Amino acid sequence: MIEARGLVKRYGATMAVNDLSFSIRPGLVTGFLGPNGAGKTTTMRMILGLDAPTQGSVTVDGRSYRDLPAPMREVGALLDAKAVHGGRRARDHLLCLARSNGIPRSRVAEVLRTVGLEDVARRRAKGFSLGMSQRLGIASALLGDPAVLIFDEPINGLDPDGIHWVRTLMRTLAAEGRTVLVSSHLMSEMALTADHLLVIGKGRLIADTSVDEFVRSSSQQSVHVRSPQAAGLAALCREAGATVDAGTDPDVIEITGMDSAEVGRLAAAHGITLSELIPVRASLEEAFMELTRDSVEYQAAGATR
Amino acid sequence: MTGATIARTGPDHRAAFRAATVGDVLRSEWTKLRSVRSTFWALAATVVLGVGLGAVISAAAAHGYAKSSVSGKLSWDPTAVSLAGMGIATLAIAVLGVLCISSEYSSGMIRTSLIAVPKRGRVLAAKSLVFAVVTFVVGEATSFTAFFVGQALISGHAPHAALGDPGVARAVVGAGLALTALAVLSVATGALLRHPAAAIASLIAVLFVLPGIAQALPDSWRNPVTEFWPTLAGGDLTNVHHAAHTLQPWPGFGVMCLFVAIVYAIAWTLLDRRDA
Repeated sequence: MIEARGLVKRYGATMAVNDLSFSIRPGLVTGFLGPNGAGKTTTMRMILGLDAPTQGSVTVDGRSYRDLPAPMREVGALLDAKAVHGGRRARDHLLCLARSNGIPRSRVAEVLRTVGLEDVARRRAKGFSLGMSQRLGIASALLGDPAVLIFDEPINGLDPDGIHWVRTLMRTLAAEGRTVLVSSHLMSEMALTADHLLVIGKGRLIADTSVDEFVRSSSQQSVHVRSPQAAGLAALCREAGATVDAGTDPDVIEITGMDSAEVGRLAAAHGITLSELIPVRASLEEAFMELTRDSVEYQAAGATR
Repeated sequence: MTGATIARTGPDHRAAFRAATVGDVLRSEWTKLRSVRSTFWALAATVVLGVGLGAVISAAAAHGYAKSSVSGKLSWDPTAVSLAGMGIATLAIAVLGVLCISSEYSSGMIRTSLIAVPKRGRVLAAKSLVFAVVTFVVGEATSFTAFFVGQALISGHAPHAALGDPGVARAVVGAGLALTALAVLSVATGALLRHPAAAIASLIAVLFVLPGIAQALPDSWRNPVTEFWPTLAGGDLTNVHHAAHTLQPWPGFGVMCLFVAIVYAIAWTLLDRRDA
């Protein structure tokens, strides 16, 4: 359980995190979602005691991180996969970390096996690809067998096989009853991995909701219809209060404000032939962009829709 | 690829494990130090410079002794000659001391370290202690070897020293101790400045450049400056004969230790307060 209350982080004039409060519960994968620069990493750094909050507090299982008696046995974290001394062998890197928390040496070999790096255990970390570094970072997070896991963009640099593996790992960790917090700027990835979502933009909490709820509440639905009598149906739908967009094809219309069943009934009642009737759901990516549109920090000119 | 399974069962915890201790952090820092190659090279350089350079200087000075002036013969100090390489060996220790913490900043490893050990003072204390002990062992071994090699080369050509002579044993042990104090200063400087280049440049300035500039000052200014300049005062511990305008051996070393303590305290405070 991670709990934040009124968390604020200010760097000079910049509000990196602005009055953030949330609870991250065990047994779920919580996706921490936001555009680049939204404050995800800063928030994670405050959870882990690297940055001191300007205001507010954050605790892990009731204690602030710096007061945890054996931090790695309670919280496993991967912030920056490249934050490793390049001259150290993978196995030694993990051994240094294990030692610092009194974790037995045997765990090093175990986690190397878990992440699939046992063959390169004796290689120096500077020769690692980003994908291998991510695996090494995940291995270090797992060392203490912790109840809380925090991963910052863990799939960056992984191949499709690796992405699938991380996804499965997150799900497994949550299923074992652990608290799993995963940040990403990709909504599509979170839809596949997360149960719950924390969405932030410009340091503020935009949504704290289950994935299903998020999709339902924020995605606009429309109905795509093809009919030889499209113009007539369009008029009927407008009468019924819906919005109708006509495309270049005179037989095709897009109806918003009515669901497909209502459109079907209306067409049947007036003897209109339908050749296509398709409910269209905005993609998660679109829903996410809709939600965070106002809080994207850097926007290409003309990118606003 | 192995399946995503965690070896041990889930999280019903806190009672199930012991708290991390200072001893754990010491073991961790020892593992860090011995698992990078720069440690081996820097310590090898310390020994080679301390012993090798000392031997070369001893041989050359001993052969020149017969032809030297009366005042040269009067100030002849075979112990100092044999330990002459130690001054340059300090450079290797300074670089390694700085790197053992500032390389964590340049690689980002420091964040991983501070997540593992959020009681930050422990990280600095363990790093300093481990490096100080290693430096002490290597420093004393180098100093004694340099002394015996140097005396062997000197004997027969010029008066040589023995460990039993007054002040000699203290001077030889002192060379290792001065190196150890410098080791702690280097770690603290690395922690304070965080950038390897900045920290190494600052140490070179304190060790070599500023004392060199002080030599150009008029006597009335130079003497008090060089007398109390911490790294020079620390070196007084290796003097067999007391020279004018230097402190006595142990008070001199005390000045160095005080300086190290001040830098260390600043480094400790900032490490604790700054965002990592």
